[in-house]
Amino acid sequence: MSSLEQQVDQAPPKTPSDANKPSDERIIHTSLITRLMRRPELGALAGLILVTIFFMIVGKSSMFTLAGIMNFLVPASQLGILAIAASLLMIGGEFDLSVGSMIAFTGLIFATALVVFELPLGVAIIITFAAAAVMGALNGQIVLKTGLPSFIVTLAFLFIFRGLTLVGLKAATGGSTQLRGVKDAIEGSSLAEIFSGDALEGLFAWLAQNDMIDTFKNGLPKVTGVPVEILWFIALAGVATWLLVRTQFGNWIFAAGGDANSARNSGVPVNRVKTILFIFTACAAALVAIITVLDAGSTDARRGFQKEFEAIIAAVIGGSLLTGGYGSAIGAFFGAIIFGMVLIGLAYTNIDQDWYLVFLGGMLLIAVLFNNFVRKRVTGER
Amino acid sequence: MSNISPLIEVNDLIKHYGLVIALNGVSITVNPGEVVCLLGDNGAGKSTLIKTLAGVHKPTDGEFNVEGNPVDFNSPREALDAGIATVYQDLAMIPLMSITRNFFMGREPTKGVGPFKYIDFDHADKVTREEMLKIGIDIRDPQQAVGTLSGGERQCVAIARAVYFGAKVLILDEPTSALGVAQTSMVLKYINQVRKKGLGVIFITHNVRHAYAVGDRFTILNRGATLGTYSKDEIEIDALQNLMAGGKELQQLSDELGGTI
Repeated sequence: MSSLEQQVDQAPPKTPSDANKPSDERIIHTSLITRLMRRPELGALAGLILVTIFFMIVGKSSMFTLAGIMNFLVPASQLGILAIAASLLMIGGEFDLSVGSMIAFTGLIFATALVVFELPLGVAIIITFAAAAVMGALNGQIVLKTGLPSFIVTLAFLFIFRGLTLVGLKAATGGSTQLRGVKDAIEGSSLAEIFSGDALEGLFAWLAQNDMIDTFKNGLPKVTGVPVEILWFIALAGVATWLLVRTQFGNWIFAAGGDANSARNSGVPVNRVKTILFIFTACAAALVAIITVLDAGSTDARRGFQKEFEAIIAAVIGGSLLTGGYGSAIGAFFGAIIFGMVLIGLAYTNIDQDWYLVFLGGMLLIAVLFNNFVRKRVTGER
Repeated sequence: MSNISPLIEVNDLIKHYGLVIALNGVSITVNPGEVVCLLGDNGAGKSTLIKTLAGVHKPTDGEFNVEGNPVDFNSPREALDAGIATVYQDLAMIPLMSITRNFFMGREPTKGVGPFKYIDFDHADKVTREEMLKIGIDIRDPQQAVGTLSGGERQCVAIARAVYFGAKVLILDEPTSALGVAQTSMVLKYINQVRKKGLGVIFITHNVRHAYAVGDRFTILNRGATLGTYSKDEIEIDALQNLMAGGKELQQLSDELGGTI
């Protein structure tokens, strides 16, 4: 959240000379509120606070214990890694509907490399990311070369990758739609710890010893560490936010999505920016595939099913415009946490789990309406 | 004058779009400290010509020299690097982005090393404010979106940006067409200021009076070819008007309406 404050601080300092200058009476003074309202992630933050309050009231108290928080942050992180990449791509003016299928397909490539070809984990990971990069570049090149909407091109790949996964799984297993044996294949690999299990175990043991977190009767902590995907999620959100709001490449992302033609005329390499974003999105899908396949010890044909929609919804809740040129990575971060909280949180209430989808649809609609309203106010659109 | 090579010299430029001949032998020369007005009715080839000069399109044939050296631009970026900056009619501004982000779009000032390079926003905001103040526009908050500015202000941001980044030749595509009287005179005054700095300006307009107010020479395009180039002392404003509109019909209409066009 510090990056949020940082952005607000970024507004120009009011120097003494400013105060003495006669002001133009036609410009309304930009108050702190207006500057806050200008941040695209405001809606997502407000939504997150509302949802948290909601579950604090109706949910069981165990939801907001350390164990409960980890519980909803795990699915939030797996979605959030995708949502952050999706939000950058959306700000850059493009969509990728194939990310869900890409999780399945890269998951297949990863598991096949490990189980069928018995390659070392490091090699399998490199192959998986390389394959994802090729798929992302393919998506991007087709979109950019043909000028077709990315919606259509990536919709096609949604089916192509899902179908290839099924075909590939059957070929790799001899007829099954599930490929097992990943856990055996990575036995003893220290690299696996970066992509699976818990991290910071030493810290949690220390906290338990000092009675700072809940422990079992034998003194061991109830939560032994932070699941690695949560750390990936937080790190990615930080890097993406910094990239977007502080770097040249970030400015190019806004420019490419805001008006590709104007950006080109100003010397922004729009096609390169968009291709990199497609590749980045595909690699985010590969990362989720690696994490979830290692976690489950197997991969199957339904992996990542409908994740593309959830990622886009989280990005929209996070303040990204469907038309590009405006949005936030930290907003997608909040959006994904809202998702995880609702998905897991309903189990802590008396509400039927099936309301989850209704809730999501409602959130999406409210977010879009809210974003439109804020954008019009802030940019002075007439 | 003759011993200095012109900033831009184009001879017999030809551009085809498939079967359409958009430019059929256009010649234009721009010297330092000179405003060349490019006049012509719709479809005369003005837009194609400036897009070719700006590196958006490649000419099909013809000679294109910048400061005496033949050039062959592959992208707008290369034209920019050669000192040819274009301010388009649609401004090349992105309404949702801040003034600072627009001002430095494509040429962001960075700090830091390697992968940790970031945009120096303090510097960027300061420069944006200062450059806009120079032409008499007080931007209180350079982080406000360009969408909040008026058309004239946006035009001035675009011109100020080009000048700041060291353009040698400024191509202005109908900069005054959407402006009110006060803002038009502000832009014309600014064009005069730019000329005094020694820049070359190509000023495209429909409005002969705006052209005559700041122009040193006038090149008239008609149906993809150069109809003629005249210096200010060679031609009167009325003659210019007639040439631009293709002659008699307009004169006739002007007479009918009591000579007000």
